Amino acid sequence: MSLSRDQVQKVSLLARLRLSEAELETMTAQLGQIVGYVELLSELSTDDVEPMAHAVELSNVFRDDEPRGSFDRREMLSQAPRTDGEFYLVPPVLD
Amino acid sequence: MSLIELSATQLLAELEARRITSVELTQACLAQIERHDGRVGAFLRVDAQGALQQAERIDQRRRNGEPVGRLGGLPVAVKDLLCSRGELTTCASRMLENFRPPYDATVVARLKAADAVLLGRTNMDEFAMGGSTENSAFQKTRNPWDLERIPGGSSGGAAACLAASMVPLSIGTDTGGSIRQPAALCGVTGLKPTYGRVSRYGLVAFASSLDQVGPLARTAEDAALALEVLAGHDPLDSTSVDRPVPNYHQTVRRPLEGLRLGLVREHFGPGLDGEVEQAVREAVRVYESLGAKVKQVSLPHSKYGVAAYYIIAPSEASSNLARYDGVHYGHRTDERALADELAAERQALGPGREDEVDSALVRMYRRSRSEGFGPEVKRRIMLGTYALSAGYYDAYYLKALKVRRLIRQDFDRALAEVDVIAGPVTAAPAFKIGEKSDDPLAMYLVDLYTVSANLAGIGGIALVCGYSSGGLPIGLQLQAAPFEEERLLRAAHMFQQATDWHLRRPKLP
Amino acid sequence: MSTPYEIVIGLEVHVQLRTQTKLFCGCSTLFGAPPNTQTCPICTGMPGTLPVMNRLAFELALRTAVALHCEVAEFTKWDRKQYYYPDLPKGYQISQFDLPFSADGYLRISDAKGRIEPKKVGIIRAHLEEDAGKSVHDEQAGQADSRIDLNRAGTPLLEIVSMPDMRSPAEAKAYLAELKLLLTYLDVSDCNMQEGSLRVDANVNLHITTESGKVVATPIVEIKNMNSFRSVERALAYEAERQYEAWRETGQELGEVPKQTRGWDDAANVTRAQRHKEESSDYRYFPDPDLAPVQVDPETVERVRSALGELPADWRHRLEVTYTLTPYDSDVLVNQGRRFVDYFVQLAELTGDGKLASNWMQQDVLREMNERGIDIVQFPIPPDGLAELLEKVKCGAVDTTRGREVLLTMLETGKTASEAMESMGIHALDDSTLIELCRELVAANPKLVADVKSGKLQAAGAFVGQAKKKNPNVNPARVREICLELIQQM
Repeated sequence: MSLSRDQVQKVSLLARLRLSEAELETMTAQLGQIVGYVELLSELSTDDVEPMAHAVELSNVFRDDEPRGSFDRREMLSQAPRTDGEFYLVPPVLD
Repeated sequence: MSLIELSATQLLAELEARRITSVELTQACLAQIERHDGRVGAFLRVDAQGALQQAERIDQRRRNGEPVGRLGGLPVAVKDLLCSRGELTTCASRMLENFRPPYDATVVARLKAADAVLLGRTNMDEFAMGGSTENSAFQKTRNPWDLERIPGGSSGGAAACLAASMVPLSIGTDTGGSIRQPAALCGVTGLKPTYGRVSRYGLVAFASSLDQVGPLARTAEDAALALEVLAGHDPLDSTSVDRPVPNYHQTVRRPLEGLRLGLVREHFGPGLDGEVEQAVREAVRVYESLGAKVKQVSLPHSKYGVAAYYIIAPSEASSNLARYDGVHYGHRTDERALADELAAERQALGPGREDEVDSALVRMYRRSRSEGFGPEVKRRIMLGTYALSAGYYDAYYLKALKVRRLIRQDFDRALAEVDVIAGPVTAAPAFKIGEKSDDPLAMYLVDLYTVSANLAGIGGIALVCGYSSGGLPIGLQLQAAPFEEERLLRAAHMFQQATDWHLRRPKLP
Repeated sequence: MSTPYEIVIGLEVHVQLRTQTKLFCGCSTLFGAPPNTQTCPICTGMPGTLPVMNRLAFELALRTAVALHCEVAEFTKWDRKQYYYPDLPKGYQISQFDLPFSADGYLRISDAKGRIEPKKVGIIRAHLEEDAGKSVHDEQAGQADSRIDLNRAGTPLLEIVSMPDMRSPAEAKAYLAELKLLLTYLDVSDCNMQEGSLRVDANVNLHITTESGKVVATPIVEIKNMNSFRSVERALAYEAERQYEAWRETGQELGEVPKQTRGWDDAANVTRAQRHKEESSDYRYFPDPDLAPVQVDPETVERVRSALGELPADWRHRLEVTYTLTPYDSDVLVNQGRRFVDYFVQLAELTGDGKLASNWMQQDVLREMNERGIDIVQFPIPPDGLAELLEKVKCGAVDTTRGREVLLTMLETGKTASEAMESMGIHALDDSTLIELCRELVAANPKLVADVKSGKLQAAGAFVGQAKKKNPNVNPARVREICLELIQQM
């Protein structure tokens, strides 16, 4: 199965990436090739197989509801691209 | 032998006996880096000043007769994927070029608590995605055995700095072979522990259900020492397992009596380089000479490993890397240029059609991410996003999780019959830089022998077992049942006691 | 007036669970802190950080699901719901997709005043998830930066999704009121809508019977931004009319257009279409590899069930049976919350008179609580203090009207009932004093006496008024009694 350029374009929006025309071209070809390869799995019958999402099968891992203290705001905001000292700032969301 | 060629275990004995100081050792390492890293490129950053200060502190404590930790005064290199409080942690990505996490990864905290001297940060494929370290956004790392060749990856810097005698111990991560493969290609020893053995907290996630931290070292004995420091339950990691940590460094010296060694039928098919096959079979004979019983076993689904891996890993990665959106940390695009671009596009379209182009916010996301990520990272994000998207989930992701179960069941069956599975790490020795750059699929297929352990969650160790006619290291991989690191380390140590491949050093110009 | 359509309503309620810390990290969940002061590397999704689940959050969620008669899954897992928004720092929300921890429950709703018919509203599912942060947008859209506060990011939320079982805005309101009451009895949430601890979205459409007798369904609309139960009721009423008009204009039916989201504008009293997302939502759910699944065995569910205690429905029944209250009275008391009922039960036991206790609590205690803006826990007079006053009323030492004044004095001064009566000079007058007073009044009012004698018994009321002027402590019933006796003897 191969991917269309249009599909790749849509996936790039979903992934919040922007691809140039040339990148889109290469990406379409490469993804098509890789997807073609992973099709290999379809030859296996897996109807009765439980999916394995975790490499170690633990369950019921909890912590107690005990406050650990938050981090200093200055320290947290110091890593942000743009702030006003109180909030993280982003371009207008409603435009 | 000079100081920098000794093993970590030997060096710690010297330090303990106060025949050498940590400052001397650290200076020797720094001198070697100074001399050779310009060509090798193993380190992204070396913290000479911080390392010497720490070395001095440890020496002082030793002089005062105060107790020091397990790695007291030993220089250690850390892959740039592990967070270190207040220090740059870039993941070899433009995205995190200026990122200083306000926290330590649990393994970094453990190294600090063990009084290690953190020498610097090693190069890697961006976000650990790759097998050659060519995907670093900052520099190439070269294989010390042949500077025209790749050191493997993604922990390429971690393996290269060991091979080049710049440091006695280094810490890497392994998602699909990223410790074992560069260890093999650089002729050192690399251990990927069982999933859950070592905390992932502060390990910048590539594929969360596959990632695991582990040591790269000169010898299995050193790897055992390092694992003892790294391993253990961490309440900050829900997937870390709460079970006792054996005294690996003690037990590693005990040979395994009546070892049952499994050879996987499917490992010796077409595609395996003749010299690699020969070296691996020779290693098996060494084990036989040590009393091991060799048995054929089968991992019938191993040929599906790479396909399952390249669905699961990119799917998780596409999600794990969604957080790099230029809002709370990391790279953000130039907002002035963004605003200009938006205005120009809207003007070109004319009034009433403003909604046809990306909004300022979406534009910020897309520009920031496209500028911050390199091509391989983008490829995997695209692949994973596609595999998880509506209509494809069952055919790709769910199918891959089921195949993953089959692969695990293969191991369970095989490892009921034998104690350790032995085989190649890679189909061929290190390839030339640039050789596979234009062929992502060919690059992915390099992971054939390593991805299955990550999918199954079991441990694996790679150690050098010979050299090609061109003088390149060839790796042997041993795999064992979950939480049988002791067995892996003892088996590797037995081999290293009987051979001296691991003692060879490349001649650096 | 009957409408040519039936309104079909399903509600999605998000409840913030009463934990001290967030769902996956140790940051506080207290409301109202300065922006970004309750965050850490985990809840801001910094690289390499990992979630570890808050046990209490899961337990509170479980308790609620059991109280809603849900089936509790033996195996449940956590999924990532992926979308980009600046207040969602990881780029995904940890939630539950295909295997929620509970499903298939119900909640009974009714109304003591009979405004709705009693019914069972089905619960499709209840699942646990983390909240996002808060985005503060510029009033003048698009003029200035949006500001992001992550204090709320990672707060535990229980999402409760009902079946589309409600058929009127009043039913929807009754469902919400009963759900909120249940949650407060369970003590799993403070349910404060102003602070966002309880949020409601509604899915609504119409089943219209056309002239030909055919029933058509209108497209389902999701309504958001309703900040009170009253606004839910109003929004639904508005939306029903709007959909009917829209259908008459366009004839559009369910399935012909994509699901629309509309926001309720409380000031303008209308719903408005919300702007489309960038792409049709494709959340790419998949199991979160960072979190272990949870297994709940049937014994645990049983343990939770037996520890639930009495819930609103149980209390209503008990108050009716034990204290012979009317369904209406018990409903009013129970709807005031668990603590209010506790107070009532103590008062009723102390006075041995459920009806009297109920009347005083419904009228006087409730009025004082409302005037003072306090809840029953803050009410300054404990049950035994109020019981003392009620005893005085019962034995006639003070009448109800004067008793209310005593209550006010008690509230203002902190005095006990006896002390307050003492300070107000209220003491039971002995009969001889009363008879003396009545003699004077009868002698001074020949006209009234004549009226009474001619059969106008209500004229006796005027004696009571005059007696109270002379001495506010008189027992009005006794005054009336004595005066009538005296007149008869004349």
